[in-house]
Amino acid sequence: MPIRRRAFLTLAVLVLLALASFWAALAAGSIPVAAGDVLAALLGQEAPGSDIVRQLRLPRALAGFACGGLLALAGALMQVLLRNPLADPYILGISGGAGVGALFAIMIGLPALGIDGLAFAGALGAMLLVFGLAHGDGSWTQTRLLLTGVIVAAGCGALISLMLAIAPEDRLRGMLFWLSGDLGQAASAWPPLIALVVALALAMPFARELNLLARGLLQAQALGVAVDRLRYAIFLLASLATAASVTTAGSIGFIGLVVPHLIRLVTGNDQRLLLPASAVAGGALLMLADTLARTLIAPQQLPVGVLTALIGVPVFLFLLSRQAR
Amino acid sequence: MSTPLLTAAGLSVEIGGRCVARSLDLSVASGQRLAILGRNGAGKSTLLATLAGLRAPAGGMIELGGTPYAALSPREAALRRAWLGQTLADPFGSTVLETALTGRHPHLGRWDWESTRDADLARSALAAVGLAGMEDRQIHTLSGGERQRLSIATLLTQAAPLYLLDEPLAHLDLNHQMAVLDMFAGAARDCGAGVVMVLHDPALAHRFCDQALLIDGEGDCELGAVDTILTAEKLSALYGYRLRQFEYNGQRCFVPD
Repeated sequence: MPIRRRAFLTLAVLVLLALASFWAALAAGSIPVAAGDVLAALLGQEAPGSDIVRQLRLPRALAGFACGGLLALAGALMQVLLRNPLADPYILGISGGAGVGALFAIMIGLPALGIDGLAFAGALGAMLLVFGLAHGDGSWTQTRLLLTGVIVAAGCGALISLMLAIAPEDRLRGMLFWLSGDLGQAASAWPPLIALVVALALAMPFARELNLLARGLLQAQALGVAVDRLRYAIFLLASLATAASVTTAGSIGFIGLVVPHLIRLVTGNDQRLLLPASAVAGGALLMLADTLARTLIAPQQLPVGVLTALIGVPVFLFLLSRQAR
Repeated sequence: MSTPLLTAAGLSVEIGGRCVARSLDLSVASGQRLAILGRNGAGKSTLLATLAGLRAPAGGMIELGGTPYAALSPREAALRRAWLGQTLADPFGSTVLETALTGRHPHLGRWDWESTRDADLARSALAAVGLAGMEDRQIHTLSGGERQRLSIATLLTQAAPLYLLDEPLAHLDLNHQMAVLDMFAGAARDCGAGVVMVLHDPALAHRFCDQALLIDGEGDCELGAVDTILTAEKLSALYGYRLRQFEYNGQRCFVPD
């Protein structure tokens, strides 16, 4: 079937882009490393700069790929769950909850592990709160879910402002960096990488059912989708994926909203292609943005969220204007 | 006689605290066509969605081919009945062919992709409703009538033996109204399909159905053969407007007074 072959071709192209972005993340920096030396470092041989590549740049690049992939995947899932193109991974308050936890941990001076732990706990707390409130009377409509999420997110935003206002001066910079998203704080790349693989593996079997869910709840149910069960599962999956990413690297904006739309503009809205393609493209974009954030005005680092937006907005607008014609 | 495609016994349906149907019994066998008529807001769509297993009844039981909905997975139910809803929308956009192919969902395994045979089925269903050559159009560029016909094509690709149609003639011009009714009448006659449809035109209901169900919105329902149920007297009471009845070539028509 040509549709399927085209899907694999698209994925192959995106994987190549991700590899290029990965290579750039390893080679570029305040100390450039030659292509041959990067390869040597990856193969475990000693070469000039191999310590920098292996110990500094490789974990950071992998964490960037994993977080970008998780955010884009969660964004795509949230957009289908809420049937709303404006949905992103943070719309239901997951990042707000994580932010409250992380900032509280920074404010009282907990170590890195404590910050991650409280961030994850905050994300889970926000998720359970939204789930419980939205599900309260059993109706669980998209509007109710969306409203509950937005209100919880607003509440978290107020708590975050409060903590920023009363925090001691010397902690403020760390708190602000956490809020705008920073891959430098990633302790290990493995937890988000494993989360990405697991989330994608859990979502893919339901991809065709998600196509139907996008067309309406009754429509999907009439065509044989167990709608309620699927929606609970997608809500949990998207929330946990977001929590894993936010815990690792703070709330990096833009990827989760724009990458699924970018892929959709190029390939259409078949979730069987959209979900894996978004994950790969989100990872590639975040790695690239983080490399630029490290190198543009090195040794000073820019917040990576600024660069994801600076790259994403023009590309997105270009594709949008091209499609309108 | 074989098991009816659809049976309801002692069925009660409520919405928003209002009773739509009270202890209703009905059955649709292979080849039978049932029309549901009533005023706006009487609960025709609610009743039909309940019969399709999309909302829970307040009481009584519904069986598809002798099996209650509770014992059927959503997918098994989708292989036994197809439901035409009142809206067709996709906030993310999709093409006409992709939409028609969604009807194949219950026939495909979890990891299957639509085969060329599925695509051929979808194309011939689109041709049957006069949408041939529009496969690559985005659905938001279609007119209301074209969207309605696309929904019907999706129903045809689902290929279930029982059709539950909520206002199948909505947005259709006269030519396509007759074509659609002819098509479902033909499916009942030649393929043994069962058809339940919500209609607003009693003359078309009389011409294309053999049973009619009048619902008055207060919970009382009247079911019977079209010849005895679709009369000027009963319909005048149902709609609250006087109708006159004329016979022409064995067909019945109703004219508002």
